[in-house]
Amino acid sequence: MSASLGEQVKGFEEAARPRLRPWLQLDPLLLIATLGLIGFGSYVIGTATSGDIAGNPHYYLTRQIAYGAVGLVLMFFMARFDYSRLREWKLGIYGATIALILLTLALGTATRGSKRWIDLPFFKLQSSELGKVLLIVALAAFVIDRMRRLSEKETTSRILLLAILPAMLVVLQPDLGSGMVYIAIACCILFIAGTKWTHFLAIGTITVTIVVGVLVGAPAAGVHLLKPYQVDRLTAFVNPTDNPRKQGYQLRQSQVAIGSGQKTGRGPEHATQTKLDFLPEHHTDFVFSVVGEEFGFMGAALVLSLYALLIWRALRILTMAKNLYGALIAGGVAAMLMFQIFVNVGMTIGIMPITGVPLPLLSYGGSSVIVTFLAVGLLQSIHVQARLSALAKRRELVT
Amino acid sequence: MYLDRETRPAITPQLALRVAIIGGVALVMFGVVFFRLWYLQVLSGDKYKAEANNNRVREITIQAPRGRIVDRNGRVLVDNRYGLAVTVSPDKLPKSPAKQMKVYARLAPLLQMKAKDIRHTVNKQFAAIPFSPAIVKSDVPPATYSYILENQNRFPAVDVEQLAFRKYPYHQIGAHLFGTVGEVTAPELKRRRYRGVKMGDRVGQSGIEYSYDRYLRGKDGARRVSVDALGNARAQLAERVPKSGRQLRLSVDFDVQKAGQQAISGDQGAFVVMDVQTGEVRALGSNPSFDPNIFAKTIRERDFKRLSNPANGAPLTDRATQGLYPTGSTFKLITATAALEGGLITPDTVLFDGGSLHVGGITFWNAGHATNGALALRRALQVSSDVFFYRLGLDANGAGDGHLIQRWAHRLGLGHPTGIDLPGESAGLIPSPEWRNRLFKKHLTDRPWSVGDNINLAVGQGDVQVDPLQLAVAYATIANGGYVVKPHLGERVEDSLGRVIQEFRAPPRRKLDVNPTDRQAILDGLRAAASQPGGTSYPVFGNFKIPVAGKTGTAQKGAGRADQSWYVGLAPYPNPRYVVVATLEHGGFGVETAAPAVRRIMSVLFGMKDTGPTRGSTAGVNPFG
Repeated sequence: MSASLGEQVKGFEEAARPRLRPWLQLDPLLLIATLGLIGFGSYVIGTATSGDIAGNPHYYLTRQIAYGAVGLVLMFFMARFDYSRLREWKLGIYGATIALILLTLALGTATRGSKRWIDLPFFKLQSSELGKVLLIVALAAFVIDRMRRLSEKETTSRILLLAILPAMLVVLQPDLGSGMVYIAIACCILFIAGTKWTHFLAIGTITVTIVVGVLVGAPAAGVHLLKPYQVDRLTAFVNPTDNPRKQGYQLRQSQVAIGSGQKTGRGPEHATQTKLDFLPEHHTDFVFSVVGEEFGFMGAALVLSLYALLIWRALRILTMAKNLYGALIAGGVAAMLMFQIFVNVGMTIGIMPITGVPLPLLSYGGSSVIVTFLAVGLLQSIHVQARLSALAKRRELVT
Repeated sequence: MYLDRETRPAITPQLALRVAIIGGVALVMFGVVFFRLWYLQVLSGDKYKAEANNNRVREITIQAPRGRIVDRNGRVLVDNRYGLAVTVSPDKLPKSPAKQMKVYARLAPLLQMKAKDIRHTVNKQFAAIPFSPAIVKSDVPPATYSYILENQNRFPAVDVEQLAFRKYPYHQIGAHLFGTVGEVTAPELKRRRYRGVKMGDRVGQSGIEYSYDRYLRGKDGARRVSVDALGNARAQLAERVPKSGRQLRLSVDFDVQKAGQQAISGDQGAFVVMDVQTGEVRALGSNPSFDPNIFAKTIRERDFKRLSNPANGAPLTDRATQGLYPTGSTFKLITATAALEGGLITPDTVLFDGGSLHVGGITFWNAGHATNGALALRRALQVSSDVFFYRLGLDANGAGDGHLIQRWAHRLGLGHPTGIDLPGESAGLIPSPEWRNRLFKKHLTDRPWSVGDNINLAVGQGDVQVDPLQLAVAYATIANGGYVVKPHLGERVEDSLGRVIQEFRAPPRRKLDVNPTDRQAILDGLRAAASQPGGTSYPVFGNFKIPVAGKTGTAQKGAGRADQSWYVGLAPYPNPRYVVVATLEHGGFGVETAAPAVRRIMSVLFGMKDTGPTRGSTAGVNPFG
């Protein structure tokens, strides 16, 4: 024994004292799920698109990796940032959301008849994607403000209207999928906050009435609120063979791709559905079908497991948030991820309508990837803040 | 309240419940997705894998050329020619009908077609064979081909393909033998003989092309290619080489065929040259003829109408196997055989020809009111005495059941198809009491059967209807000792180098019981007619190097219409190898036109340089006979 007693005690104290280094407070499982998805997704995009652009087999791969890198940086930035401060900027954030969407409508680039992007140097910003995460932050803050009057119908309808306004605007772009994500986010935030069951019952009834009205009632009356292709896409999954040339064709080809992957997949080289373009949009909306064809049930199960991990961590972070604001944001993010995952995957396997919702972290696209990273960054931030505050409390107890 | 502080207490039961509900929803959704994936990938994986392969593999047909047709000396009579066809592929065509129409409109002036017609043609073919390119126009000039290739972006889905077309290097010569090819029709596809034929394939529709279609038709090959969703070929997977059709060798001799068609070219008519022993047809033709090359592509309706219009002589009709005529005196061979074998006369029975025969209030005159006096069969054939044969007709009507001549006519091959390997042969008609009485009962004729009908039949006038080929068979039977042959053209199937693959055996002959003495008497009579002064065809064949036995015929067609000229020649006498029949519908006396035609054919048939009369002189002979 060479060290003095005093030194030893100091060493024990050092060991016992909780460390407050925020980098170590990140949720490691969440990080693994995120990195796994963006890594595997980039690989799949690389194999699927190697023949798409003549002379540049890595066109989509390099871009997706770049988006992932930018997203990763932003995620870490978000993780270090105390999300609670966002509450004060709610009006600005909400206003920015609406302004961005309006700006897109005003001067967006039209691609195939839709205006969804704002052209920035090096980047095409899809405002409806960015709107998702902005809306979560803003709506959660608005809910906190009216927490005392949560049981009032007025609160529920106000919050919903705050989500419906941007939703209607993105539907005009037209981007039906993002509009539906906004509504799902709003509902989930209200649900976590503790809105009465009766309010949800009312929301459900009104939703069903509107859907039936838009799809059946209005066309019968001669008013077409949705474009015909949107109606086709929404209803094609009910009977894909009805219309094999158009919407049903996409569904059919997607199922053939997934089915032909069998247990272990056909491998990237022999995935003919993808390589020969039978599978439409194979790097964006139908990337999950590529996973199914190239890597079979095993590959699909791996991707789904990573998503399960992601959602599990989101819900866990929800429960451990240091304040309600964090819980609501985590709820919104969880809703956003779940909605997109199930609607997108469901579409590729023929149990959901075609809505053009990207698959988080797998679908090619800068806006979607970066926004998902921002959302995950928010989750990490909630986690970090919760851990820090818990540790601080424990330190109070120790000292 | 925890809202006021920055930290909050432990999770409330209400929040825990709601998070659990969200987690539960996620769990259920994951479960559904997993089961669905299990169903798609593990349970139905094989099915989808097959469908994925089916998606990408396309079979592109490679047309197999039809076999060539050659004559007995190997001369190519029907060949193939390669031409360019403009096609439209369904999968590369724009989806909207308006855009499709734009492509057609750009194509229209180039192909000299109407855009609407292009659309009609294309859609019809797409409906019949989906995914396969539709042929818009075949046989386009190379300039059109280059223009389309150079402006490919203006003509999406338009392509140019090489196709084989039938080529008939000798145009009108032998047209009726070869027949035509045409696209297979829907009802034909259901028939057994077209097994393996696909919609859009061209098959034989008439003539040899029809009867030997299964040999001439090749087996199309196919190229299996991997295609992408737009139908662009990405990789070749396998190729099945097309098997071209077999070459067919005919018994036809092209030189004789050509000589025959030239010999009858002045009038509507037909000729047949046949081996009397085997029934091999050396030549067979009909005038007017046509150029089968116009059938190689899809024939225009206007052309088809012109070729089948009787006002133009209906060139598509093969008068040698489908033309039905009274035969005039050439029928006397049948009457003579019937009378001899039926015991009415012997070769030496002498009858008196006083110039006319009076029966039942009607007087039957010798043609040209000649009087031949007492004569037996040989002389009766030589000078073609009508009265002699009127008597046989009269006697035959009263002997036994009165069907003696009819029975022998049928035995000798008249009144029913000969069975030649050409489609569409006529049966003909040998008038009988039953036939006329049946018509009379139905009020289709003004009188019942009378003895006069039989008298007319005995000299080949009246209602009798025979085609030249049937007459050839009847004469061949007497010439070869009583064997009724089945005429045929197909000799053997060969590969493209002429090596035998399958030999067609001569079809079996039917033996008739004809007394050799009777037979010789008839042949002697025919020989005398051609070789002795006073013989009906002596003016034509008297100085001919090859000994010929033959019979003239002049079929009367009623007031104001020219008589039909006939001649049947057998050569070389006394053991004839060939029978040559010629008829000219408006040729007048047999000796005037048909006999010279036969002489011209024979001189080529026997390889002679003939300088004899081209048109018979009727001096000193019975020109009607």
